[in-house]
Amino acid sequence: MEIAVENKDLRLKRFWKTFKTSAWLGWQIESNWTDWFLFIIYSIVKPISGAAILIIMYSIVSSQDFSSPIFAYIYLGNAFFIIVGAVVQGVSWGVLDDREHYRTLKYIYIAPISIPIYLMGRSVANFGTRVVSVIITLLFGVIFFKLPLSLARIDWGLLTIASILGFIVMADMGLILGGWSLIIKRNAWNLGETVGAAMFIFSGAVFPLSVLPKALQVVGYAIPVSYWLTLVRRAMMPENAQAFPMFAELSNAQLLLILGAAAIVFTIVAVLIFRYFDYLARERGNIDMVSNY
Amino acid sequence: MAAQAKMIKNTGWRLFLQTVIGRAYPRVIGTQRDLSWLFFDIFFPFMSMIGYVFVYRALQAPEEYIGFVVMGGAMTAFWVNILWSMSSQLYWEKETGNLSLYIMSPTSMMAILLGMATGGLFATTVRALVIVIVGSLIFKVAYVVTSFWLLFAVFSLTMVALYGMGMMLASLFMLLNREAWHLANLAQEPIFLLSGFYFPISSFNFWVSLTASLIPLTMGMDAMRQLVFPSGATLGFLSVTIEVLVLSGLSVLFLVAAYFMLRKMERLAIREGRLTDRLN
Repeated sequence: MEIAVENKDLRLKRFWKTFKTSAWLGWQIESNWTDWFLFIIYSIVKPISGAAILIIMYSIVSSQDFSSPIFAYIYLGNAFFIIVGAVVQGVSWGVLDDREHYRTLKYIYIAPISIPIYLMGRSVANFGTRVVSVIITLLFGVIFFKLPLSLARIDWGLLTIASILGFIVMADMGLILGGWSLIIKRNAWNLGETVGAAMFIFSGAVFPLSVLPKALQVVGYAIPVSYWLTLVRRAMMPENAQAFPMFAELSNAQLLLILGAAAIVFTIVAVLIFRYFDYLARERGNIDMVSNY
Repeated sequence: MAAQAKMIKNTGWRLFLQTVIGRAYPRVIGTQRDLSWLFFDIFFPFMSMIGYVFVYRALQAPEEYIGFVVMGGAMTAFWVNILWSMSSQLYWEKETGNLSLYIMSPTSMMAILLGMATGGLFATTVRALVIVIVGSLIFKVAYVVTSFWLLFAVFSLTMVALYGMGMMLASLFMLLNREAWHLANLAQEPIFLLSGFYFPISSFNFWVSLTASLIPLTMGMDAMRQLVFPSGATLGFLSVTIEVLVLSGLSVLFLVAAYFMLRKMERLAIREGRLTDRLN
């Protein structure tokens, strides 16, 4: 019995070590291609440009009424969606980068580590960079468009719980895509972006799901990210919650319950799917494949 | 020996043309042989476009703005092609070991770039057409074309200038390594913003619009919108005639610049030993 406990401890230690090391590796790959100045510019310009496109579209149509709750709805949804894209795409990018670009995936596979843990750690740096981008985007909104955000009014408890559950769901989605990337020979680079773009529409990130045709709204209700974004909006601006047009009939507790259930289901499904794709990739000899595509 | 004696080896303009065709060939034929692009290369820009369409719908914007987004969504295919299959192409070629073979071969790098541009233009036009047709049908976009000839001329000039710019950028990217990917990635959203892919460029002030016009798609899209949408002229930045003149100027400028930059960068890359240093 003691031996079993010791082995479990050792396994946890190894998981942590793998996660830490792969996170460090991911950070090096993510940041050391240039000097700090260009890296900071890169981290600021991209998200601000994405937000600015929506701001200009909104200002043209609404005669620059930035105090409307719909502006806050769009702005917050767009800002936090940056994280969705990073987490969902991160794992599959790690697979492709290591397999096609650096050609190290085969060495990772023969090392005594857990591949899913390695891939999760590998995407953490990208996630961290995007969190900074979200903060910058929010600051930009507060300073230039008087976005009614206040640190004192944020429901930190709700934000933390929702974000933990949301992150679990998104990481699970990333793992599924990562597994899928293992067996795709062509166009795998576009997989994460395509799924991210689809979620941008179906999660109600920048417009309420009611705008979509009825048949497509169902897709939005099935994507847990929709619930996470709604909770984040409510946590960031509790006093505007009633004015936000999505899931108005559901309370915060109900939304958390749905998100929690989704986190459990997605984790089980993601592990099973990843194992399946991993098996297929080994069987087909895809681990050391270089498609040059 | 006899077979060797009969072999005709092209030189001069024939070799140039043969190279253009040879480099364009995989891009044209690839669209037929590998149909996975139908999903990835159309679905992705289409999804982004749909997102912006529904933003306008949620804001109850005039219907013509939906048409602006459909056109902008189709044109993103060209910008993405310029970034990833023109500008960064020589970086990819370096990664796969082809770049040094290009340099060693007795043909012109300008012909290789022109072949890349021709093939890329063909494949991307097919993609953009699919996006425009499907987007217009789904969102019931109404077009009122005032002059088909002028529209064709504006589109052609925009493409010449744009791919000339791509050729010029390709020579610059030849010197880059890992940063090439990041720089191309960085040039997506900011250009979507500055060139007015999803809104009229006249929404910016004059000087911002003028600066953005250095990217051929800015004036190209503005002129095309003026020619196909009833309210396009009122939302246009400059008159179509002026925009045609500017696009003509940009076409010449970028092609000439591509020629000189390519020569300079090729010499520099050879001197600094950067033609084969992958993963640096």
